[in-house]
Amino acid sequence: MTERDPDVTGTVPNQDVVPRQRIQTTAAVPVPAPPPQIAGARPEPARATVFDIKDMTVFYGTKKALDWTTLKIYRNLVTAVIGPSGCGKSTFIRSLNRMNDSIPGFRLDGQVLYHGHDIYAGATNRVEVRRRIGMVFQRPNPFPKSIYDNVAWAPRNLGLKSNLDERVERALRSATLWGEVKDRLKVSALSLSGGQQQRLCIARAIAVEPDVLLLDEPASALDPVATASIEDLMHELKNRYTIVIVTHNMQQAARVADRTAFFSLDPHEHVGTLVEYDDTNVIFSHPADTRTRDYVTGRFG
Amino acid sequence: MSAPSAAPKSRLMRFVANRRAAERSRGDLIMGALCLAAGLVAALVLFEIAYQVISGARPAIDKFGLGFLGNVEWAPNFSRFGAAVMLYGTAVTSVIAMVIAVPLSIAIALYLAMLAPRAVRTAVGPLVEMLAAIPSVILGFWGLIFLAPWVHAHVEPFLYDAFGGLLPIFGPPQTTGLSLFTGGLILTVMVVPIISSLSRDLFLTVPNELKEGAEALGATRWEVIRGVVLPSTISGVAAATTLGLGRALGESIAVLSVVGTGATIHTSWFQTGNTLAARIAQDIQYPVNQLQVHAIFYLALILLVLGVATNLFARSIARRYDVSRTI
Amino acid sequence: MTSAAPSELPYDPTAPLTPTGNLRRRLIVSRVAQGLAVGAAFVAVAVLAIVVFDVVKSGASVLSLDFLVKDPSQYGVGGGIRSTIIGSAIIVAIGAVIAVPIGVLIAIYMTEFARPKSRIAGALRMGLDLLQGVPSIVIGIFILGLITLPQHEDTGFAGSVALAIIMLPLVARSAQEVLRLVPSPLREASDALGVDRWRSIITVVLPTALGGIVTGSILAVARAAGETAPLLVNDSTAPPHLTFNPFGPMPNVPVQILTASEALNPAGFATAWGAALVLLALILIANVGARFLLARSRRKLTG
Repeated sequence: MTERDPDVTGTVPNQDVVPRQRIQTTAAVPVPAPPPQIAGARPEPARATVFDIKDMTVFYGTKKALDWTTLKIYRNLVTAVIGPSGCGKSTFIRSLNRMNDSIPGFRLDGQVLYHGHDIYAGATNRVEVRRRIGMVFQRPNPFPKSIYDNVAWAPRNLGLKSNLDERVERALRSATLWGEVKDRLKVSALSLSGGQQQRLCIARAIAVEPDVLLLDEPASALDPVATASIEDLMHELKNRYTIVIVTHNMQQAARVADRTAFFSLDPHEHVGTLVEYDDTNVIFSHPADTRTRDYVTGRFG
Repeated sequence: MSAPSAAPKSRLMRFVANRRAAERSRGDLIMGALCLAAGLVAALVLFEIAYQVISGARPAIDKFGLGFLGNVEWAPNFSRFGAAVMLYGTAVTSVIAMVIAVPLSIAIALYLAMLAPRAVRTAVGPLVEMLAAIPSVILGFWGLIFLAPWVHAHVEPFLYDAFGGLLPIFGPPQTTGLSLFTGGLILTVMVVPIISSLSRDLFLTVPNELKEGAEALGATRWEVIRGVVLPSTISGVAAATTLGLGRALGESIAVLSVVGTGATIHTSWFQTGNTLAARIAQDIQYPVNQLQVHAIFYLALILLVLGVATNLFARSIARRYDVSRTI
Repeated sequence: MTSAAPSELPYDPTAPLTPTGNLRRRLIVSRVAQGLAVGAAFVAVAVLAIVVFDVVKSGASVLSLDFLVKDPSQYGVGGGIRSTIIGSAIIVAIGAVIAVPIGVLIAIYMTEFARPKSRIAGALRMGLDLLQGVPSIVIGIFILGLITLPQHEDTGFAGSVALAIIMLPLVARSAQEVLRLVPSPLREASDALGVDRWRSIITVVLPTALGGIVTGSILAVARAAGETAPLLVNDSTAPPHLTFNPFGPMPNVPVQILTASEALNPAGFATAWGAALVLLALILIANVGARFLLARSRRKLTG
């Protein structure tokens, strides 16, 4: 961290992120993002904004876990969240569909706007939030039910009972699992391999047709072959869904993501901080922040 | 020079080591044997219970055979004994207790494991278990003085008016509230803490990942419970229920106080009746003849078989449950 | 992808995040279910409160110094509880003296000596489960056949043995749970020092687990102290006088409550309520205290 370049803010071409400098005394009031045309060469993608996250700060009890995160997530793109362990990646993504609510002491300051509606507003119902923003977890967690019932369970709850077989098949096809399981839909999901289980969890999530799919390190517990099939799957899925994926694997982010956010652990306060957010090729080829460069070139983390 | 001295030294070392190993194993052997002997005592007690109860029941078994189970008569002065009234009463009181206690206990367990705030959980959990600490003689006395009159005045008329026409088991209220129904209610109080604390422990073992997986699919709290928590613990809950049933079948004193110790089978549950355990407790103090003592042992044998059977059944479903969890 | 997926979502993702579709109804179902669960817990606590309240209310007027220091009158109606409470204490104490060492030894065998998945340990566990499943009245009948009938006389000791059988599985199980919590580095450290297994059990493992074992035993004793059925069968004919001889008939509180309540007259009820209040208070205090200590010693062991 000794070769930190102090003037990074000035060179950031894309102002989705306002990196908070520790030396910056006015940090409490982040500068509003200027129009994105500044860089000229690479215009802001003409995409609808799904998430508009403003000054998100997360606490667990008295401990601050994530600091001042401000960024926008765009429709039908794959947005990767990378960074060293403990940098708040999981906290960040789990805050997008209120999965952290059940953690004792969880508190979130700032705003998470989803299509303009505050996810943490009093009138917001978190079941409704999760119905639109699905999530797949680090470890495959199929229910101890049959393969079919794993996929059909949530649609049944939602009352989407017409053409249920068709819906299940469509979800399993989308998750590229149909061919492997179509002859044993009544078999317990626990009999599948780890990679198959994870694809089943993805099928389960898309069976209710969410608007956004959050993937929290979905391939970290899988072997390379299963990982590759999950990555292929993401390319297919982004035509229909907005995807946010947390990964500790930089190559994976480079392969699948359109946009990448790099989080780091503040070395002094041990709080997760968003360092840089940009198009994936920018993050990996010429990042603006030295910390990002150190991380993606393997000098750190 | 080193070689010759090394040999005796190593021999000495080996000797010392052997000595130590011998001493060590001897001490451990004694301790292990002592512990095993304690276990043997427990096993012996179990066999001895079976032996004593069977041999005490033997004359009655020889005289009445299995017909004892179907005979409704219990007439010590005429040396005629049958268990049918008590079997019926035991079945009815246990059914009443289980019908009320199982849903109640599961609801309590769900509340304690999944819904209650932490502070409430640590306060209410032990309170519910404390119900099991009330001595049965006190609960029975309370049932006699407070519960039976209340049931007689409020519950029985209500059930009779509401369902009496359809279900003859809800007959007209009698002169007192001492009845199979009240006996079942007292048993409910005794089995709720057992089933609810066992079920709560089961619900707490459901992996958080499963619950989160369900929540992330836009499921409500109840849907998570019904769709994930209950299905993955169902056999354990069944085992807990069976253990509760075993308790209900065998309870004597509390039931004795409120069941009215009737001698016949009535259609209405609001009439008096008797249970196996209550009959033993009632008759054992003043038996009129030797055959009655043997008949009482016969009743105890039936209870013993029921107790062992429910326990083995609970163990077998609990084991199946363990297997299904580890796949 | 072969499947032609509909590109339109079946709902408007930009709608406000209030319940849509059937969610309103599902939330009502969920809240009703949660309400029922809260209600169930409330009912259980309320029943406990009502029972305790009724016992306290009915027993408090009877309670006096006189009640505690006088023996019961001849037929259990009226009088105090001096001889019965002392009799109960002796019966339960003898039962505990029998049950606790055996139970703890069994627990030591299961946790320290038996190999994992050992058949003997499995059989023992099953035996203890079965023993716990035997109704207490059957245990009473067993002791009747084993001790009381051959002796032709009720004795406090027969009651003690019956109570010991009731306590045994409870003590063994709770001791086992506590012993399992003793960190194995403690054992390994003494093993590495070349200390014999039995020595390390006596000097390291047991002292560490002592708090938990004692409180677990208190819970078992409290449970047995309220048991009536085995005493009714084996020790119910004692005259109401104070006696310290467990090998003869001994008056005791549970049987006193039962006979006084069966008298079905106000004087009998008064005695029964007074005795019930004393017994319930002792048992609940032992319970609360033991639970408190157990939680503390667990916390100490698990860190």
